[in-house]
Formats: sequence, structure tokens, C-alpha cells
Amino acid sequence: MTIAAQPLPTADSPANGGHLGQRWHNVVVLTRRNLIHVGRDPMQLSDVTVQPVLFTLLFIYVFGAGVPIEGGSYKDFAVAGLLILNLTTSVASTAVGLCTDLTTGVVDRFRTLPLWRSAILVGRSISDLLAATLCVTIVGLTGLAIGWRTTTGPLSVLAGFAIALLFSYGLGWGAACLGMIAKGPESAQSMGLIILFPLAFVSNALVPTAHMPTWLQYIADWNPVSAVTSAVRQLFGNPNPAAAIHVWPMEHPIWATLGWSAVFLAVFAPLAAHLFRRRTTE
Amino acid sequence: MRQVGDRDAPDPEGTPMTDSPMIEAQGLTKRYGDTQALAGVDFSVPAGAILGVLGPNGAGKTTAVRILTTLALPDAGTARVAGHDVVTEADEVRRRIGVAAQDATVDEALTGRQNLVMIGELSLLPRRRARARAGELLERFDLVDAADRVAKGYSGGMRRRLDLAASVVTRPPVLFLDEPTTGLDPTSRNRMWDVIRELVGGGVTLLLTTQYLDEADTLADAIAVVDHGRVIAEGTAAELKSQIGGARLEVTLSAAHPDAGGALSPLVAGEITTSPDGRRLSATVRESSGLTTAVVRALDAAGVAVDDLEIRQPSLDDVFFALTGRPSEPDPGAPAELEGAAR
Repeated sequence: MTIAAQPLPTADSPANGGHLGQRWHNVVVLTRRNLIHVGRDPMQLSDVTVQPVLFTLLFIYVFGAGVPIEGGSYKDFAVAGLLILNLTTSVASTAVGLCTDLTTGVVDRFRTLPLWRSAILVGRSISDLLAATLCVTIVGLTGLAIGWRTTTGPLSVLAGFAIALLFSYGLGWGAACLGMIAKGPESAQSMGLIILFPLAFVSNALVPTAHMPTWLQYIADWNPVSAVTSAVRQLFGNPNPAAAIHVWPMEHPIWATLGWSAVFLAVFAPLAAHLFRRRTTE
Repeated sequence: MRQVGDRDAPDPEGTPMTDSPMIEAQGLTKRYGDTQALAGVDFSVPAGAILGVLGPNGAGKTTAVRILTTLALPDAGTARVAGHDVVTEADEVRRRIGVAAQDATVDEALTGRQNLVMIGELSLLPRRRARARAGELLERFDLVDAADRVAKGYSGGMRRRLDLAASVVTRPPVLFLDEPTTGLDPTSRNRMWDVIRELVGGGVTLLLTTQYLDEADTLADAIAVVDHGRVIAEGTAAELKSQIGGARLEVTLSAAHPDAGGALSPLVAGEITTSPDGRRLSATVRESSGLTTAVVRALDAAGVAVDDLEIRQPSLDDVFFALTGRPSEPDPGAPAELEGAAR
């Protein structure tokens, strides 16, 4: 027996939230919302605008003199590393953004609408991917301005940027998980940086790992950040001393990066969705 | 049948009316940590009716609304909204409800207009329609001037109106308003009442929570009084008031007088209580028109001197006192955020 009020039989009536097209529509609307937020407060973007310029200049001019690079200049070696360093630390903003949404009432409002829950997460991942694209553009331009050059074709260079973005997109889902378990935006920020800074620095991003203590060298050579940095250096045709290291990810950095990215997505995306459900179930 | 787009409330033909209530809760319980927020709550709201859920902070009103709007799961009991189970058919319920929460859930970084367009689009209205609907609602809720300002700068009343507007973007047949006027100044409150009255004029089923008896009285067809997670009384405002015993007369004498009680008793309804010093007498009254004059005359005729005389309309405190024998607690004047913060 139907005792229900029918959903309003009109174009006004929210249709089934389950179809792929409608899910995508939810994602687009929420991505646009996040971009409006950024437009309202451009300082939110400082980690992908000001910081990359600052880091690039600081590291290249302060460290550059002291780190000899075989087969090229520190500048040519460092740009790929700075690209990855900036992308890696900036995924903390995914954690902060989601945690902020959860601690304000706005997610409650979304939850009373018949929308696809995960659209909140996917929308965030996409708006942060757009921010990451801005980040790589700025690092690239800063590098070009101070004399960094690639030695491969444009397609290969583009592939370098693309693989860097793929990696940061996967890592962003890990940060999304952090955002789900952090109490508030501030703790999301500090938890993110406590994990991301060692991840970014214990790698070949800024210095070749050959001079590190053996145990640290081992960690650095297997660090996913080293794999993606080497992959980008290879695709840019920049000096890549790690190619000589007899460790699988350093010998096959592109495959290693694709593998890590796939693992991140396969593990962290469902985990983030699970944590989100748990956090919003009371 | 009229054009669907023209109407502001669900068409009765699109909403089959039967005897089944639009909002129905049975034996809802919910515990948060050590707090038993709901201890077995039953509600039943027929289609097109307005139920006022009246109770002090911490009574469980917000918890009940969160369960009915699919935001929280009950520990026990069942609830159906518009014929769908709030737990097993949550998405069906969401398609039919509008919610204005106690702490307004607008996106502060968006303008009023952007908020409404976003809600419309998330409810899968085509963009053009969502824009048109947003414009319409901004006008109706008196937010046109502020439409393109960021909601962060809105006053409390404007924020509540925006929240309310957001809850009716899709013209849902069932509305939940959680303390829509708590914390508002009297002017904003009256404005909010007008808006709510206008909304429900079109046959929407509404559940509204409030700490104010006059609000429930003004807006609701039926009132459920909630305390400590239970419904302790239910009925129309008139029924509840008669349970309380109507208005209360309080007389302060210049000095205690043996004949004062006798002079008053023909004029009041219930028993007369006298303060220990004999100077203060109080009793409930049925009819208060002309009462002040009658009281003064009667006491004067008996040679009793009066210092002060007051007729108080029943308040939430009186409802609670009458129903539970104790004052409502915590203080209903306390900030509304307490209940939300306790979650």
C-alpha cells in the first residue's frame, strides 16, 4: 500500500541521486562551490602560488651552491624536486578543506539533500587538483625565469607534469582521510604537515640520496616521492643521478609512480569514503 | 490542474491524502555517550498540519529532528516521513523534506544567491531553474538587497531567513524547522513568523521546535511538550492551557488580612495559595477581562489594601510547572547554542 506523498512530479522534483550523470552533476556543483571559496579568499591559495615561488628561489639559490650535481646544474636537477615538494605539502589543504566543511554545519545541509555523499569528497579532490595544476604552472614558470630548461620534447614534458599531478591527486585522497579523522581544521593542518614534510624531504627531491646515511638512503630510495621525482626528471630530460641506483623504483620510476598512484587511489579513496560515512553517522 | 511551477505548496493531487500521518515516530530512543537524549518519543503529524514541539534546552528536540531528517540514527524505534522509513529509505525521505537547522547551515563564504542556486542544483534542478527559483525566494524572504553579499555578514535574522529559503528550494511537502527564532530580536522574530505562516499556508506539513509557548501557540495546530527525551503532554494550545489552568493572578497586599482570601475566591478558578507572610496571594483565573477592576473592588470592599496586582499569561515555565511540578531547566533564557554544543 502506498501511503507516501509522491515526489513532486515535476522538473522541480529532485530525481534519483544514483545515476552516474547525476553524481557527476553533484560533483561539478560542489567543485564550483569550492572554487568560489578560493576566489573569496585567495590567500587560501598561497600554498600553491606564493610558496612555490619562494621555495624554488630559496632552495636553488641557498642550497644550489653547495650541492654538486653530476651531469648538470643544481637548477636543472632541483626544479622537478621542487615541483613534487610543493605538490606534496600542498595536499594538506585537502585535509583542511574537508575538515572545515565537517566542522561547520554545511555538510549537515548537504546530508539532508538527496545527493551522492561521496560527491563532497570527489568535489574537493577535483578543486584541489585544479589548485595543483596552478602550482605546477607556477613552479614551471619560476624555473623558466631563472634558467631551468628541459631537454626532451613537449609531449614528454607534458607527461612529466601530468604524472606529477596524478601522484598528487592520489596522495590527496590520503590527506582526505586525515581530514576525516582530524578534530578541527588546525589539527588537520598540523597532522598533514607532520606527515607530509618528512615524506617530501626524505627523498631525492632536493639532494641526491647517495650522501645520506645508508638506512636513510634506503628509506629515501623507496619513498614514493623519490619515484615520482625521478620519473619527472626522466620525462623532462633533467639530471637524474638516481637512475644509477640499483633499486627497482629508481630503475623504473615511471612504472613505480603509476603503481604508487594506483595504490593510493585504491586504498585511500574507499577509506576516505568509509571514514566520511563514519564521521557523519550519529 | 494548475501549472505545477505556479504553486508554492505541493498540490494535494500530487500528494495523495490518506489517513496516514506525514510524520510518524514511534518509540524513538537515542543516547549520546552518557546522555539519554531521547527516551521513547512518539509523534504523529497528519498531512498539512503543524506540530509545535515545545521544550527547554536539552529536552531532546534537536535530536528528534536530526533523526526525522536522516541526520542521526535512532538507537531504537521507528520513524516514517512522507511514508518512508527514515533509516532504510533515507534518500526517499530526503527527496521530500526541507530542513532549517538550529545553527543555520548556510555556506558563509557564498552569497545568499549562490547558496540558494547551489542547493537547487544539488537537488538536480537545471541551472536556469535553480537561478530563477533563487531569485524568487530572495524576493519572498526579503533578502533581495543582501542577495549578492557573502552570508558571513548577514544578521542572525537574515541568516535564518536564508536557511529557511534554502529548505524550501524544491518545494518539499514536509518541513522541519528547529528553533527558527531562538536568539532573534522581537522584530526579526515577528518577521520570521510571518514568513513561516505564509509558507504553511499552502498545505505543507510542518514540524517546528521551540522554547517559546507563544511561538507554538501562534504557529502550531498541535503542541507536543518534550522534557528529558519524552513527550510529557500533547494537545492543542487551548488544551494545554486549560491543563495549566490559564492565566495566573498575583496580588500583593500592604499587610496580611484574614478576609483577603474570601474576597478573592469568587473571582478565581483554582485554589488560592498564600505566601508565608500572608501578603502575597495567587491563583489561576479562567477569564481575565475586567478582572483587575473586579479584584480591586472586591478587596477594597473587604477593607484590604492592595500594593500590587498582576495577571500573568501562562509561560513555558508554567507549562512545565503544571506538568512536572518543577520549573523548566536549564533556564530557557540561556543561549540556544548549548544544546548544539553538547552534541
